[in-house]
Amino acid sequence: MKTETEPLAPATTEAPVVLPKRLSPRSIRWARRRKAFVRFWNQFRRNKMGMFGLAILVFFFAMAIVSIFSDKGRLDPTITTNGPVLANPSWAYPFGTNLQGISVLSLVVEGSRISLFVGLTASLISMVVGSTIGIWAGYRSGISDVVLMRLTDVFLVLPWLALAIVLAAVFGQNMWVIIFIIGLTSWAGTSRLVRAQVLSVKERTYIERSRALGGSDWHVVTRHVLPNVMPVIFANTILTIAIAILSESALSFLGLGDPLRPSWGTTIEEAFNNGALTLGKWAWLLAPSLCIVLVVLAFTMVGFAMDEIVNPRIRER
Amino acid sequence: MSVLSVRDLRVTYSTKGGDVPAVRGVTFDIDKSEVLGLAGESGCGKSTIAGAVLRLHSPQTRIEGDITLDGKDVLELSPGKLRATRWTGASIVFQGALHALNPVQRIGNQIVEAITVHRMADEREAFVRAGALLEQVGLPPRRINDYPHELSGGQKQRVMIAMALACNPSLIIADEPTTALDVMVQAQVLKLLRSLQHDLGLAMLFITHDLSVLVEVSDKLAIMYAGKIVEEGPANEVFHSPVHPYTKALAAAFPEIGDQRFRKRPSGLGGDPPDPQLIPSGCPFHPRCAEVTAVCPELVPELWDAGVGRTAACVHANGAPTLEGVART
Amino acid sequence: MGTQRYLLGKVVQLVITLFFVLTFTFFLFHYFMPGDPVRTFLKAAGAKYTPAQAEQLKHEFGLDQPIFPNQYVRFLKETATLHMGASTIIYPDSSVTSIFWSRVGKSLILITTSTIASIVIGVAMGIYGGWRRGGWVDNSSMSSSLVLYAMPEFVLGMILLLIFSRWLGWFPAGGYDGAPVTQYTGFAHFADVANHMALPWLTLMLAYLGEFYLLMRSSLLDVLGEEYITLARAKGVREKYVLRRHAVRNALLPTVTLIALSFGFILGGVITVEIVFSYPGVGLLSYQALRARDFPVLQATFLFAAVAVLIANLIADLTYAYLDPRVRSA
Repeated sequence: MKTETEPLAPATTEAPVVLPKRLSPRSIRWARRRKAFVRFWNQFRRNKMGMFGLAILVFFFAMAIVSIFSDKGRLDPTITTNGPVLANPSWAYPFGTNLQGISVLSLVVEGSRISLFVGLTASLISMVVGSTIGIWAGYRSGISDVVLMRLTDVFLVLPWLALAIVLAAVFGQNMWVIIFIIGLTSWAGTSRLVRAQVLSVKERTYIERSRALGGSDWHVVTRHVLPNVMPVIFANTILTIAIAILSESALSFLGLGDPLRPSWGTTIEEAFNNGALTLGKWAWLLAPSLCIVLVVLAFTMVGFAMDEIVNPRIRER
Repeated sequence: MSVLSVRDLRVTYSTKGGDVPAVRGVTFDIDKSEVLGLAGESGCGKSTIAGAVLRLHSPQTRIEGDITLDGKDVLELSPGKLRATRWTGASIVFQGALHALNPVQRIGNQIVEAITVHRMADEREAFVRAGALLEQVGLPPRRINDYPHELSGGQKQRVMIAMALACNPSLIIADEPTTALDVMVQAQVLKLLRSLQHDLGLAMLFITHDLSVLVEVSDKLAIMYAGKIVEEGPANEVFHSPVHPYTKALAAAFPEIGDQRFRKRPSGLGGDPPDPQLIPSGCPFHPRCAEVTAVCPELVPELWDAGVGRTAACVHANGAPTLEGVART
Repeated sequence: MGTQRYLLGKVVQLVITLFFVLTFTFFLFHYFMPGDPVRTFLKAAGAKYTPAQAEQLKHEFGLDQPIFPNQYVRFLKETATLHMGASTIIYPDSSVTSIFWSRVGKSLILITTSTIASIVIGVAMGIYGGWRRGGWVDNSSMSSSLVLYAMPEFVLGMILLLIFSRWLGWFPAGGYDGAPVTQYTGFAHFADVANHMALPWLTLMLAYLGEFYLLMRSSLLDVLGEEYITLARAKGVREKYVLRRHAVRNALLPTVTLIALSFGFILGGVITVEIVFSYPGVGLLSYQALRARDFPVLQATFLFAAVAVLIANLIADLTYAYLDPRVRSA
């Protein structure tokens, strides 16, 4: 007995697809995608948690953009016109200053750009690699599937930080090594998820039909499989970004961060290793920490909200 | 006295999008040894009625009206008495035995649970009884220790039936029991249900959207549309000489082999069932009706007389009040 | 029997992964490593060796042989017998294995007890939260779980350190016991260790509590929509047994799988937490080895981490097989 909790989808209350002026298969496809996006956005708008997270993200992205144009001179440790060393929070220095007298606020603003950049780039790599492998394994089946999934299982199990440590020890430390390491240790989760989604899509008849009509693998994958798998990939990527930012902070805390590119993690590392805890300079430690927590929280909330929209099972709860 | 007596039942779900009136005033009786078939498209409210009889809906759902089972007012029972009545007064055979059985529990234990919960026997006796029940539905008793995934769809459905009989209920509610099965298995399960019902003198409420199945199994037939019963009467008569245009459309959708007319012009019903929150004015069926008249959008029909022991909620029924320009069947 | 086949499959998977990890470690350290290992060793040892002695050392380490298969096989043999060379920088000339022995126990106690506590409490709370959805208990638990999830473990550690050690003074700021300043024995020593372990333990326990709570709650909500739950109620089963026998037993399954996936992250958390509290376990050791570029020790800590997670996963697989009869029949 299925309790009928939601009324049947009202087919009549949705606006029809606005047809473009010049009709071609491509323009129709774009019109359809635009409509799908609008529909998605309308649903997302109603999700309080998602909107709250989105607001936080907008704030920090704005901060990152500001950091591009801000005066880098304020971060230069060799300049002697810096403020008092290890100052406590005050109006001039809302979060105090560090060991070189640089305002922690400046460090935090600058760090937003690096932390976000590393997080986004690393998860982009992770998404591309993971999705490709997941689609290949799910679509091809057979021996490719078995081999790729065994490989995925191996990477899923490996402790990421321990692996990151040995990789960094061997390959050196700079921002791109970190991005590579994070990408390498997080693609496996995406791969498993994408493969499961591909397997469920593969069962649907329009795939069979497309192949019966002579569609090549490439055609079927890009035209039919990919559009149906994209929403899941997208929701998963948002959550991957959250993890990537956490990973970057941990790696920086270990001292693997790029000294030329201060991120929130490196600021925490600097504070910790210079005795901020014993000296009681909590603002130095907590300002970048708070930023990390807020941004990760924001991405997680947006990711959960998207998950609710994309995954019908969760919606019905 | 009838086993189940439902009077003006109204069930309203409260959702984020507002109130959804799934059932809007349904009345029927089922006597001992009688099978009432309840038919209609998805979303018409029939499964809701099944849940209402045993009060299985969430506390937010509003249930009004009267449900009398074995002389007891179900809606007024205390939680303890309600639990005691469940399964002993009436039991349910769910649809899609695919997910109605607990995947991590042996089927024997699941049947025994029904028996021991009502303190009808101690565990050892309960297992013996469970074995006997399995035999009754045509399954070897040694399968009592199997897990659900070790059984086929038809076998799982038989287990559901065995479980439903465990506490000797007066009424069995079969909610789409054959929908998920292949045709051959469907026939076997239907035969089993019919014979059990007959042998044990059970009252049965058989709910499905498949009208052809109901004709074989039911004594009386009730057709539901948009939360209300729109036609009722002896099963054969309703199926073969329907009065309500909706029933006509439903019945016509099931062709007989060799029917030339159907081959040339397959009949079906255009449009969709109405959204329970946006029910059309007057007769809810009028937008899709092939015999719609001018008064239909304005007049809310009641179940008027349509023959001996038959009623239909349509202006075309014999017992409907005389109106201008309306033909009679 | 189905169970045996399932377990055999899991053990095979473990062996394959182990093999992959060993091979990967080998090639990483012996192929990509910058610099000449012998020279690094000599520099760290601080002594001056003649070229002839250097050659002899090279021969001793087997570095004059081809990398594959000779060095590779030798590596496998040595690792299997726990002869993992000597530390080059941190504790020059001490065997890696001996360095490990003193540290492994400390880390294992910390990890296993805190993780088990985290799982038990998180799952119990998740069941409660999923069952009594809505209401202020559920909402506040959800919010705090999300915040805990978003917080890096070392940040949580530092906050706890600030509050409970620096401001309240209830616990020491780090270390394992008071040695060598205090020399307790017996129960006093045990209490001292517990006192030092309290904050890192609490950090690790809280760090993953939120995640386990969310997982279990989500899983339970999924299960509560299943038909067999409605059936159980229809049979007249009391609510608490519906929860215990039907809902929880099924909801635990995906939760176990997802918890197993977080073991790798927990190990990462241990490393950073040991750094924050200067807790002398394997995590702190790997950090020290990283800073000093002490490759033999690094290699060993990586292998330890990998093996620990693999064994934890095997235990999780065993638990899953116990809970789900479907995997037991092939």
